[in-house]
Amino acid sequence: MTTSAQVETPRRRRGRNERLATTSSRFTRALGVIALLMGASALLLALVISPPEVTQGDAVRLFYLHVPLAVAGGYLGVGLLAVGSIGYLWKRTTFWDLLAASAAELALIFTALTLLTGSLWGRPVWGTYWEWDPRLTLTAVLFVLLIGYRAMRTASVDPQLRARRSAVIGLLAAADVPLIRMSVDWWRGLHQTATLNPLNPSLDGMMLFTFFWSMVSFAVLFLWLLVHRFRVAWLEEQLADRALDEAIAQRRAEAPQTP
Amino acid sequence: MSDVGFVAVGYGVTAVALAGYAWRVLARGRRLSALVPQERRRWM
Amino acid sequence: MDRGGLLMWRDALLVAGKDLRIEFRSKIALNQIAPFALVVLLLFAFALDPDRGFLGEATPGLFWITVLLSTLLVVQRSYAVEAADSGRDSLRLTGLDPAGVFLGKAAAVFVVLALLEVGLAAGVRLMYDTSLRGWPVLVVASLAATTGLVAAGTMYGALAAGLRARETLLPLLFLPVVAPVMIGGTRAFAAALDGSSGEGWRWCGLLITFAVAYVALGMLLFEPLLEDS
Repeated sequence: MTTSAQVETPRRRRGRNERLATTSSRFTRALGVIALLMGASALLLALVISPPEVTQGDAVRLFYLHVPLAVAGGYLGVGLLAVGSIGYLWKRTTFWDLLAASAAELALIFTALTLLTGSLWGRPVWGTYWEWDPRLTLTAVLFVLLIGYRAMRTASVDPQLRARRSAVIGLLAAADVPLIRMSVDWWRGLHQTATLNPLNPSLDGMMLFTFFWSMVSFAVLFLWLLVHRFRVAWLEEQLADRALDEAIAQRRAEAPQTP
Repeated sequence: MSDVGFVAVGYGVTAVALAGYAWRVLARGRRLSALVPQERRRWM
Repeated sequence: MDRGGLLMWRDALLVAGKDLRIEFRSKIALNQIAPFALVVLLLFAFALDPDRGFLGEATPGLFWITVLLSTLLVVQRSYAVEAADSGRDSLRLTGLDPAGVFLGKAAAVFVVLALLEVGLAAGVRLMYDTSLRGWPVLVVASLAATTGLVAAGTMYGALAAGLRARETLLPLLFLPVVAPVMIGGTRAFAAALDGSSGEGWRWCGLLITFAVAYVALGMLLFEPLLEDS
C-alpha cells in the first residue's frame, strides 16, 4: 500500500465513510441497548419499586448507585488496568496499552462518582459528608493513584515511552491496592461504621435483587463505554501514525527539488 | 435537605456525568472515524 | 547461588558505590536535604503550639511526614545526577543487570535516608522533647519503612525521570502509593512510644510486607524503565 493511497482514501470514499463514521458496531449497539434497558429497569427498581430501609430510610437508594459504581470502577476498571499493563509489558502491542488507558480513564470517572455518591449517602446516615471509613479511605487513595496514572499519560509525548512507563505505573498502582486496603483496615479497625452489607441475611429480598441487578447493569454499561473509549483511543493512534506518514510523504515529495 | 434530596442529587449528578461522558466519547469517535480510512478501523 | 544472581549483586554494589561516591563528593544530602528536614521540624513547631504538648503527641506523624518529604528530594537527586551528560544512556549501555541497577540505586538512597532518619530522631528528641521508648520496634519499623520507601521511591523516580514534568509528577505518583508506609510507620512509632510494643510489631509486619512487595516489584519491573532515553 502506498502512502498517497492512504492519504486520499478518506476523500474518495467520503460518502460511504460518513455514513459509517462511528465507533459503533453491531456488537456495541446490542450491548448499548442492553445497557440502556438494564439501566432503566435498575433505576425503576432502585427509586420506585424497592422499599425504604428500616434505619436508613430513603438514603439506602443511593447504595444501589454507590456500590455498583465502586465495583465497576474499582474491580473491573483497576482489574482491566492491571491486565492491560501486564499484557503490554509482555506483548508490547498498542492494543494492551490502549486497553489499560481506556480502563484507567473509566475507573477514574467511576471512582470520582463513587466518592461523590458515598458522601451524599454519608450526610443523612452518618451525619457527615466524610468519615475515615476504611473503604472510603481506600477509594480516596485509589482516586489519587488513578489521577497519577492519567498525569503520566498526559506528561509524556513519545508513545513508546508513554506506553512503557504507564504500564509500570498501572501495575504498581494495582499491586498497591491490597496493601492500602490492609493498612486502612487495620488503621480504622476499631472504628467500624455502619455500611450496608449485601450479604446481610436480614436484607429484604427485593432490596437484595435491586442491588445485584444494578451491579450487573453498571458492569454492562462499563463494558459498553470501554469498547467505545478503546476505539476512540485506537483512532487517535491511527491518526497520529497517519500524520507521520503524511509528513514523511511531504518531505519525500520535496526531496527532488533540493538535490 | 431531606434524604430524598440527597438521593436526587446523587442520581442526577451521576446520570449527567455518565451521559455527558458517553456523548463526548461517541461524538469524538464519529469525528475521528471520518478521518481514518475504513480498512484501518478494525471493528468494521 | 548461580552466576546470574551473583552478577546482579555485583552490579548492585557497583551502582550503589557510584551513587554514594557522587554524594560523598557533592554533599548535596548533607548540605541541603538534611537542613531542609530540620526546617520542616521547625515549621511543625511553629504550626503546633510547642507549650501544649502537641508536638510530643504528634511526633510519629511529624517524623514520618518529614521523612516522606525528604525521600522525594533524595530520590530526585539520585536521578538528577544521571540526567546530565546522558548518564542514563551510559548506565544502560554498561549492560548491567536491571534488577542490580535498581537494587544499587535503592541501596544508595537507603543509606542516605537512614542517616537522615537518625538525625531526625535526634532532632525530635531534642526539639520536641519526645522520650524515645521501645527501641526494638522503633528500629525495626524504621528499617522496614525505609526499605519500602526507597524501593517505591527508586521506581517512581525512574518513572518520572527525563520527563519535562518530572518535579511535579514525582510527588503526585509517589505520595499516594506510600500511604501504607505512612500509616504503618506512624502507628508503629505511636505504639512504641506509648510502651505497647505488641501493637507495634503488628504494624512492623505491614511495613515488612510493603517493603518485600516493592523490592520484588522493582526488581521485576525496572528493566522496561531502563530501555528508554
